[in-house]
Formats: sequence, C-alpha cells, structure tokens
Amino acid sequence: MTLRPDVLLAIIGMAVATYLCRAGGYALFRALRPPRYVEVVLQHLPGPIFMAYAMPALAAHGWKGWVAAVAVVAVQYFSRSLAAAILVGVGAMAGLGAFETWYLAR
Amino acid sequence: MSDRAEIKGPVVFTRHGVARGIRTALPLVIGTFPFGLVVGVISDQKGLSWLETVLMAALMFAGSSQLLALELWSEPAPIMAATIAAIVVNIRMAPMGAALAPWLDKLRGVKLWGSLAFLVDHAFALSAAEQRRGGRDAGFLLGIGVTLWCFWNLSVGLGHIMGSAVRFPAGHPLYFAAIATFVAILVPLWRGVRRDFWPWLLAGALAVLAWKLGLGPPWPLLIGAFAGAALGAWLELRRE
Repeated sequence: MTLRPDVLLAIIGMAVATYLCRAGGYALFRALRPPRYVEVVLQHLPGPIFMAYAMPALAAHGWKGWVAAVAVVAVQYFSRSLAAAILVGVGAMAGLGAFETWYLAR
Repeated sequence: MSDRAEIKGPVVFTRHGVARGIRTALPLVIGTFPFGLVVGVISDQKGLSWLETVLMAALMFAGSSQLLALELWSEPAPIMAATIAAIVVNIRMAPMGAALAPWLDKLRGVKLWGSLAFLVDHAFALSAAEQRRGGRDAGFLLGIGVTLWCFWNLSVGLGHIMGSAVRFPAGHPLYFAAIATFVAILVPLWRGVRRDFWPWLLAGALAVLAWKLGLGPPWPLLIGAFAGAALGAWLELRRE
C-alpha cells in the first residue's frame, strides 16, 4: 500500500486539470455571457457530441458494430431501458462474433 | 424556440431529484464497470499500488484520460505529460457544463461546484434530455454523477485486485458495452428529423473522417461535435 510522492503529484496534476475542464467551461460562460449564437450552439451540442463519440468507435468494429448499434437503438426506442439496450448490444456483438467465426471456418 | 425557454417554473435541487438520478444511473453501470475493471488491470500492470490506483480513479473520475495517462506512464511518474494529457482528453467536458447553464445558473456554492465535480458524459447527456423535457430538478445531474463515481471506484479497485484474472482479450464483446451505452443515450436526445438529422449526420461523418485520417483524441470528437452543433444552431436561427 504505497503512495509515492511523484505518483501523488501526477495524480493531483491530472485531477486539477480534469476539474478545470469540468468547471471551467461553465465558469467562463457565467463570466462572459456569450452571444446568443454560442448559446444555441451549446444547446445543440448533446446529440452531435455523442454521435462524434460513437461513430468512429462503431466504424472501428466494422459491420458487426453497425448491426449491433441498430439493435441497441431499436431496443432503447421500444423499451426505453438503458440496461436492456446495453445488454442487447453486448449480446449482439457476442452473437455476431460467433457467427463470423463459424462462417469463416465453414 | 430555444430550449432555455422550455423550462417552466423555478429550477430546484431536491433529494427527490438526486434519488431519481441515482435510479437512472444504475443501468449505466453495465457500461462503465467493464471499462473500470480494464483501467484497474492496466494500472496494476504499470506498477501503481492499489491506493494510487483508487486515488487516481476517485480524484479524476475520467476513464479515457486515466487510460491515456497509464499508456504514457513511466518511472518516475510523468507529472507534466500526464497533466497535459488530462486537459487534452477532458477539454470536451468544458462545453458540457456551459450547456447545462439553465440548471447550473440557479445553483450556488457547493451545490454548483460540487455538481460540476461529478460531471461525466452520461450525466450530461441524460440531464440535457431531462432539461429538454422540462425537468427542473438539478439534483438529477448530481445523482447520476455520484452513482457512477461510486461504481467507478469500485470497478477500478476491483480490477487492480483481480489483475490478470479479469483481463478480457482484445475484441471481447464486453468492450462493446461502453459504446452501446453512448449509442443508447442518443435515443432520448433525438428531437426529430427537422432539428437533428443534418447536424447529427455531419457530426458523425466528420468524426469518422477525422478518425480515418489518423487524428488522435480528442480531435475527431471535438471536430464532429462542434461542426454538428454549429450547423444545428445555424439552421435553428435561420428558421426564426
């Protein structure tokens, strides 16, 4: 159970940097009260930010990623349950992976 | 009409809101837990003690930047490089706090700056969706954040203890849980074709393009997110 000073300093540095990212954007917004266009951009941010997260990650998974993503969206849309959607996504990836292995070995 | 105008009545911060945030966050743990285990395992491999590992998780509470820090880890600890890497990966969270201003503006002191300390991607997305539905209990944001934080520390600490016993091979379907979470979260954020189709398409396409060009984090994310949001804002203001 060690806590080395250099490691502690690195952790503190990263923690401060991360908190500044979390709180700094709002602090700036509060202090500057940006023009309306900036405000409207921020309101539009949630969807694009998660699209920009998910799409490269799905592309990295190839066709299996896209098929699994369609399953996730369908389950989330109809069940409104995040747990069900995530589990179906993982299950779909497992199933498609097994299918691919079987198909290639055929 | 702007989203800001959709909030009717005063913004509050109640125990009820926190509790609802906690309930909402519990299923998300399916997505974050395997990721936390992986971070704990890698932290063990890099020679960090259990205390150092859990301290890093608790104080940073930011999976992808913890992972990046561990990738560039060296002896002695790379204090400067790790700090800069944390800024680069986590700068995406700066606009999230600003976007939640309709709630945060009504909070003061520890409720405000404490809520921001637990801000993560999932909490932001679900709170933005809640805000758009007219929700005005800002405790919801903190409830989600604190819940994910507790399970984050648990999963990272557990990963460190279990070490290689929980090492999933690359391409294991469990890794898909984190991505599936973000895909599922898109559904409640969708406000219809007219408002969201082009901005979302542009965001996804530019992010994939930037990734294909070999740009590292956070560039695909920032380029896609801001281009999409800028297009959405431009279309909305043009309609007014």
